[in-house]
Amino acid sequence: MAVEQSQTMPRTTDEEEPRGPSEFQLAMHELKRRPPAILGLIIITIVIIMALFPWVFSPLDPVDQDLARYTKPPGFTDTAGRVYHLGTDQQGRDILSRIIWGSQISLIVGITAVLISGVIGITVGIVAGYFGGWVDTIISRIIDTALAVPFILLAISMVAILGPSLRNIILVIALRTWIVYARVVRGEVLSLKENEFVIGAKAAGCSTIRILFFYLFPNVISTTIVIATLYLGRMIIIESALSFLGLGVPPPTPTWGGMLADGRSFLDTAWWISLFPGIVLMFTVLSVNLLGDWLRDVLDPKMKRIAD
Amino acid sequence: MRAYIIRRMLQSFIVFGAILVIVFSMLQITGNPAAILMPLESTEEEVAAFSKEMGFDQPLPIQFAKFLFGVDTVDYFLLGEIQNIKTADVDIENAERVKTLGVIRGDFGFSYRHEIPAMGLVLEHFPNTVLLAFTSVVIAILISIPAGVLSATFKNTWIDHTSSVGSMFGQSMPNFWLGLLLIIFFSVYLGWLPTSGFEAWYYIILPAVTAGLYATARITRLVRSQMLEVLEMDYVRTARSKGVAEWLVITRHALKNASIPVVTLVGLELGILLGGTVVTEAVFAWPGVGFLVVDAISNQDYPIVQAAVALLAFVFVFVNLIVDLLYAWLDPRITYS
Repeated sequence: MAVEQSQTMPRTTDEEEPRGPSEFQLAMHELKRRPPAILGLIIITIVIIMALFPWVFSPLDPVDQDLARYTKPPGFTDTAGRVYHLGTDQQGRDILSRIIWGSQISLIVGITAVLISGVIGITVGIVAGYFGGWVDTIISRIIDTALAVPFILLAISMVAILGPSLRNIILVIALRTWIVYARVVRGEVLSLKENEFVIGAKAAGCSTIRILFFYLFPNVISTTIVIATLYLGRMIIIESALSFLGLGVPPPTPTWGGMLADGRSFLDTAWWISLFPGIVLMFTVLSVNLLGDWLRDVLDPKMKRIAD
Repeated sequence: MRAYIIRRMLQSFIVFGAILVIVFSMLQITGNPAAILMPLESTEEEVAAFSKEMGFDQPLPIQFAKFLFGVDTVDYFLLGEIQNIKTADVDIENAERVKTLGVIRGDFGFSYRHEIPAMGLVLEHFPNTVLLAFTSVVIAILISIPAGVLSATFKNTWIDHTSSVGSMFGQSMPNFWLGLLLIIFFSVYLGWLPTSGFEAWYYIILPAVTAGLYATARITRLVRSQMLEVLEMDYVRTARSKGVAEWLVITRHALKNASIPVVTLVGLELGILLGGTVVTEAVFAWPGVGFLVVDAISNQDYPIVQAAVALLAFVFVFVNLIVDLLYAWLDPRITYS
């Protein structure tokens, strides 16, 4: 219901008014007054750089095993003089290096899933909202169904059936998330299509494709950017939950969720195995969420509760 | 009103039909369900034999009909007689598994590992999941409403900042990690609470806090923003100028009016928790549906998985239907268009 209400005031193209500051300029202005968003931006930048160039930052080989280094505490130095700053896991691998390399899977899954679900969701939402009628009815029932199925339960079953691989994990996550975009975009388009600029375009003889692409799509972009950011954090958590349950990208590839699962058996003797990956995971998600809040307030202040 | 109720029920009915299609498709999606169900080391001939025995070689619509209405019913309908499974080269145990009454009658087949009806096993675990979900929501409400109200009342003070930072972290923390931290601190370090299982009432404390974390954070944020909105209203100003005590203004005038969206969110979170405590259950070995499913998946025991997905989705649809009908009944202003 909240979603419907917030859609009653569509953005209009204010062509007659003099051009004010662009959305980008507004966002930057707002950013200066928001320390949490700056913090989020800094953390996420660090994580992205870490994921792009892990070999630069990783002090040791993330898959180098040696049972002589079995669950050594943080700061442990081996006979060769190598320092394990965050300790080692049950196979003697360096936890810090594994955290750094593990950022890759989290970001790849998160970003790809958000992009795929965004493309599907925007398309379906625009089509449902613009054409209405039986198309809309069918799509709405599909959305209702997808909402009703318990997501985590379906995700773990599907990944188990299809086999845990990077591609399958991304697909399973994306196949559920598109409905979030579809719902919101559908609502926006429902009100947008009653606007004069759309009616005018239709009267001027624009093709349907043209109206969808050049008149409706640009007007839902900022909303979808906000959803994408707010959902990126959730995608990252879901990926790590799958890895935690043993349904992630298979070993030896390090994943944060997989590292947490490794640490489960050593909670009483080697707490560092499950503590440090969790901290990095949490701060990554936190920084994405802080950015999402900021983008929402700047790009779409009316959308207070939208992506909840 | 009656038209609305009928249409809303019809909608739920359609959605439930679609859910059964999804549950049926789960095993079909790879194109070879027999290969998923058989142990990895089975030979091709074994897989083919099993496929024939289970009816996976038949056309999909017939398989779906058998899934819905049972093997015997469909055979009788199509062939005019009940086809007996040739048990010569198949042991009796397998023959039992093949013949189901169909999911319409609640029969999802036998659990391969436990050798009893899958739905029965899921239903046996369901009360524990319900108990966990309800306790989590109660804990979430007990924490989030005072936190949200205090946050709004003392806006921009340290109370507000602490609560806001806390709920921001709460929304960003993966709950299975929180579960591990709680075990490290309360079970291993302090030794106060058990790490897993369900043998006495206090076993629920850690899982419930873990599962309720996200709901707590979300409800706190909503209560705060709703309270801030309501506290600006004229009737609040009127109450204050009449000289009503401040705590009465906040509890009676503001909180009551701020509570409608909060109640909606609480209902929503409860629905999500009923189907979403899987990971928490896995962390704490809580004997609910989620734990059962995770265990079933590692044993390729898919009838259990299908029964669980169907049951939880059904519950979700049903709860939503009840909530919507209650709304229509409570608030006559809602238009049924």
